[in-house]
Amino acid sequence: MAKGAKKTKTVKAKAAPASTVKVARTAYVNAHLIDPASGLDAPGGLLSNDGLITDFGPDLYADGTPEDAETIDCQGRILAPGLVDMRVQLRDPGHEHEEATASAAAGGITTIIVLPSTDPAIDSVALVEFIVRRAREVGLINIYPMAALTQGLEGREITEMGLLTEAGAVAFSDGVAPIDDSLVMRRALSYARSFDLLIIQRPEDRSLANEGVMNEGEIATRLGLAGIPNAAETIQLERDIQLVELTGGRYHASLLSTAKSVDLVRRAKMRGLDVTCDTAPPYFALNEIAVGDYRTFSRLSPPLRREEDRCAVVEGLEDGTIDVIVSDHAPHHQDSKRQPFAQAESGAVGLETLLAVALDLTREGSLSLSDMLGKVTCGPADILGLHAGRLKKGAAADLVIFDPGAPWKIDADRLISKSKNTPFDGKLAQGRVIRSVIAGKTVFHAPDLDV
Amino acid sequence: MSAVTLKIRFPHRHLLGIEGVSPDEISGLLDLSESHVEQNRQTDKNRTTLRGRTCINLFFENSTRTRTSFELAGKRLGADVINMSVSTSSIKKGETLIDTAMTLNAMHPDVLVVRHPDSGAVQLLSEKVNCAVINGGDGRHEHPTQALLDALTIRRRKGKLSGLCVAICGDIMHSRVARSNIHLLSTMGAQVRVVAPPTLLPAKIGTLGVEIFHRMEEGLRDCDIVMMLRLQLERMNGSFVPSVREYFRFYGLDYAKLEVAKPDALIMHPGPMNRGVEIDGELADDIDRSVIREQVEMGVAVRMACLETLTGALPKIECKT
Repeated sequence: MAKGAKKTKTVKAKAAPASTVKVARTAYVNAHLIDPASGLDAPGGLLSNDGLITDFGPDLYADGTPEDAETIDCQGRILAPGLVDMRVQLRDPGHEHEEATASAAAGGITTIIVLPSTDPAIDSVALVEFIVRRAREVGLINIYPMAALTQGLEGREITEMGLLTEAGAVAFSDGVAPIDDSLVMRRALSYARSFDLLIIQRPEDRSLANEGVMNEGEIATRLGLAGIPNAAETIQLERDIQLVELTGGRYHASLLSTAKSVDLVRRAKMRGLDVTCDTAPPYFALNEIAVGDYRTFSRLSPPLRREEDRCAVVEGLEDGTIDVIVSDHAPHHQDSKRQPFAQAESGAVGLETLLAVALDLTREGSLSLSDMLGKVTCGPADILGLHAGRLKKGAAADLVIFDPGAPWKIDADRLISKSKNTPFDGKLAQGRVIRSVIAGKTVFHAPDLDV
Repeated sequence: MSAVTLKIRFPHRHLLGIEGVSPDEISGLLDLSESHVEQNRQTDKNRTTLRGRTCINLFFENSTRTRTSFELAGKRLGADVINMSVSTSSIKKGETLIDTAMTLNAMHPDVLVVRHPDSGAVQLLSEKVNCAVINGGDGRHEHPTQALLDALTIRRRKGKLSGLCVAICGDIMHSRVARSNIHLLSTMGAQVRVVAPPTLLPAKIGTLGVEIFHRMEEGLRDCDIVMMLRLQLERMNGSFVPSVREYFRFYGLDYAKLEVAKPDALIMHPGPMNRGVEIDGELADDIDRSVIREQVEMGVAVRMACLETLTGALPKIECKT
């Protein structure tokens, strides 16, 4: 490793000089290929041409590499489809894209889906078109918008789902705000059926969560903070599942944090309902103890739960109940976190730490590397109907090369993201992204690692 | 007198809460407070222990008695005391909390006494300043000097804390006084009960080592001390309890409910009282049972002890004796 060859402080997403000029044939040799969609998990190589995957497989370069191709030696590290992150929050539609895309590229993420919870909310055809256009202009990674389920995210009147889909929306949700009204949810699920659209909800009964700022329990009581009971999540999830049963709609629950939620989805799937779900790294890697002495970086929504809940979320990931891992990336300026706990904004940045924290699942539990990767590649892509997250001839060469064993310390100050609000600051992690490739172009290259 | 000061071992920079303070440290503070009680009853009350020191009382929440008590305590020790009241509505919340802390810190105070409506706010502020910080009450988290003055009052009347049975009654959920008292009394070996309707009890309160009762006639049985808490009127309009009259009927302290307690049981209240809501007015004034006014008196002595201890504990200050 060329450690110290370049200043590590200036880690930036940057295009490799050779590939910015002209994307031609690139040969990835000496790789460990993993494609969760097909189950491929073997040494081999991959060839891309003009941004598309031309060929790949264990025997690809048996007769040597093509002469006119740029060769990238993966040194036995993992070459997998670029990550798909289906829950990213940006406050300001369009404006934070550069920062978020650079941060995503550094995390091996090549496709993000942005929430409509911006100001203004993404609830009109014009705004969806704007996001799609803006994403193309910035160009670094693939960005797809999720559109608002109700106008102005107010939870009352449903949006023009059909037209919004034509404009480029890939799913419908009120983002961080749940749909409180059962009738609105019923109609949304019913109407969405006509176009086979996906409704995404982060379930929380807001009247029950009330003014709560962390998990209800002993720690909240000791700290004198208002608590949110697990039931706030499960009551609405249970209601939604019953509405799915009633309407036959397609429903995805986001950010499961409690043991009972995992169980509810498990049962819904057994009953054959079209229900999928995701969770985020804090919910399987941390518990409420991380709030400690009023650590506002650990103020999340839903809140970090008890250890029993964390273990149940891990089980849900292992047995396939939880389909997807999202970053739930939510950048906040430090002023909004340097506050008394109850006044601080909730949310954490997560793009750059998603893969490293998720890799812990493969070492501490029974999840295989391929199964884990499935939850951040083809898993979300299939739910959203995107042509992403898999190695396939003719598909875009969106790739990540990473070393699953490389140790590093998560240091908030060294994140590319301008916002540093990570609950994982100081965590010793294992697994580093070495190269992120989008449509054959290297968009991130860790300068202190060799490949 | 300064010899007494030096006996205290209090290895904490701030007094942010009772949780984490050891029994010896609590006893030490109470002993030191005791030494001030007599002096405070004399015509000449003033001392010079803190001459040249500056104490700032920074209150983000309305308070009359706690602020006055700290002000008197500081002045009686010869310190320069400044009161700052910041109404939270007029400032842009927490951003200004740290700004305010930095600004005050630049003026080199020796002690900051802070009250804030948010739990944890005083700790946040304490991380940004160089001086000692005393928590004058933060949200529903802790109010350590109140617990110390309650303990001093009890210890003077009963001669001990260990082994006593103390019933804390009323709005436990929103009370910082209750939390600090629970920590202090159980640390000192008293048996603590909480008596309240479930809507006014925080989750898992049992993990703090208390016994839980929902009925006064059971919770007060054979107890030595009945500690009443203030219930904010806006919490009695059907949100946490149905009405004032229903609350007084079942949870208000009167002579009848007190019957089951020990005959010499004492009644305490951190003030200000809602007469006829959580406590019968006549009972509150009964000098044989109520020690409410004594609590106020002990408040000044306890705060004097806290100011002395924390200024003495600061590394930049040399002990002159």
